[in-house]
Amino acid sequence: MNFDTNLIVSIMPELARAFGVTLLTWGVGVIGAAILGFLVAVGRRYGSAWLGYPLWLCVEVIRGTPFLIQLFLLYYGGPFVGLSLEPIPAGLLGLTVYGAAYFSEIFRAGFEAVPPGHVEAAECVGLNRRQIVRRILIPEMTMLVLPASVNMAIILLKETAVLSIITVPELTLVISAIGSQQYAFVESLFLLALFYWGLVELSGRLGRYMEARLSKYRFATA
Amino acid sequence: MTTPAISVKGLIKRFGEAEVLHGIDLDIPQGQVTCLIGPSGSGKSTLLRCMAFLEEATDGLIFINGEPLGFAPGPQGKPVRLPAARIRAVRSQIGMVFQQFNLWPHMTALGNVSEALKTVHGVRKNEAEERAMIQLKKVGLAERAGHYPSQLSGGQQQRVAIARALALEPKIMLFDEPTSSLDPELTGEVLNVMRSLAADGMTMVVVSHEIGFAAAVCQQIAFLDHGKLLMTGTPQQIFGKPRHPRLDQFLDTYLDRGAAMLV
Repeated sequence: MNFDTNLIVSIMPELARAFGVTLLTWGVGVIGAAILGFLVAVGRRYGSAWLGYPLWLCVEVIRGTPFLIQLFLLYYGGPFVGLSLEPIPAGLLGLTVYGAAYFSEIFRAGFEAVPPGHVEAAECVGLNRRQIVRRILIPEMTMLVLPASVNMAIILLKETAVLSIITVPELTLVISAIGSQQYAFVESLFLLALFYWGLVELSGRLGRYMEARLSKYRFATA
Repeated sequence: MTTPAISVKGLIKRFGEAEVLHGIDLDIPQGQVTCLIGPSGSGKSTLLRCMAFLEEATDGLIFINGEPLGFAPGPQGKPVRLPAARIRAVRSQIGMVFQQFNLWPHMTALGNVSEALKTVHGVRKNEAEERAMIQLKKVGLAERAGHYPSQLSGGQQQRVAIARALALEPKIMLFDEPTSSLDPELTGEVLNVMRSLAADGMTMVVVSHEIGFAAAVCQQIAFLDHGKLLMTGTPQQIFGKPRHPRLDQFLDTYLDRGAAMLV
């Protein structure tokens, strides 16, 4: 068997569509997970125990079980409790909830890492609680959590491959299907790895660029 | 007699089981500099933080220019908590400077100083920044207005922090070990700013280990030990002979350190 470049060219349109689905599920999943994770972190920090305890439990369960199993349960088990979703919405929901559990922990740690003195200084000049969260805590936390968030986004990109098991037509599903139809596993898997690696490299660079841009905001030392 | 700038009455502070202030009575006179001195753990920083309402007293009352801070005298002698807006109003007469500066790292020097004017007092950006510049000039940092805290030395950061507190035109300035994180050279530039504030007649309360500064600039010194106010008086009364034995012991540690520098 030799490495067939013509094959790669002939399947390009199909690949482009699959690439689009991967990008879409990743992008929407990361943004949704970050927003939901932020809300969970705020709820756990400022909400009552009645809100905090269930949120804590959800985060623990999601972080404590494999994504593959969560996705199976959501897609194949969902209809038993009246939740019938198409593959893409199911995948998006699964990825968002899974990512949100991790993002909420990143944000929780970020809130805790803001020095209490920065909040006291804000209280002393008269900022109320809402103003302190908006003007001091969120900006400072954002800088602190940036590296961990980029890392999380990269992990979620690779987790989109798991969506193939609920038949989301993303890269992994499409390319492995082509591989089995054409008996060209090496070409297809090689291409697949290249796609993911390229994306990861790109987002890593973007993250480093943002960190460099934000470096002047880093915490001052005496 | 005029109303004291700050009046502390029967202040008790407990952290859990541990009582760190056992009933402090202290008046801070208007327009004077008061230094709180004492060994580590004597409760001097806690007392200052209570004056800024960063710590809530377990019992006792604090009055700022005659108005109760945080808690008002209640019907059965038990202090009653005041509403948050009222607390903010009384607190606005106080400016606070911290040992760790506590500048906000995501804002420039100018941003730090103008933030409260914009966010709390609704002053327009241009005007807030003009007023902030006046304060930065006062601490000698006008040319550093666009720098972020990470781009400033410790002494410069502390001067920005002083400007930030001054921007709201407080009547009283509190300093919690303002030079303890600085080396001697940077300490000097911060103390100079504090001296000129004192010369302008600002009411100041300073927790400091700078005994030289305390002796030279303060009109009143309060010596705390183990959560009790052992003595208050002018520097002459405090440092002159005869001295309280505990104070003598405390001052000896400074002499030791001074001697060590000559070796």
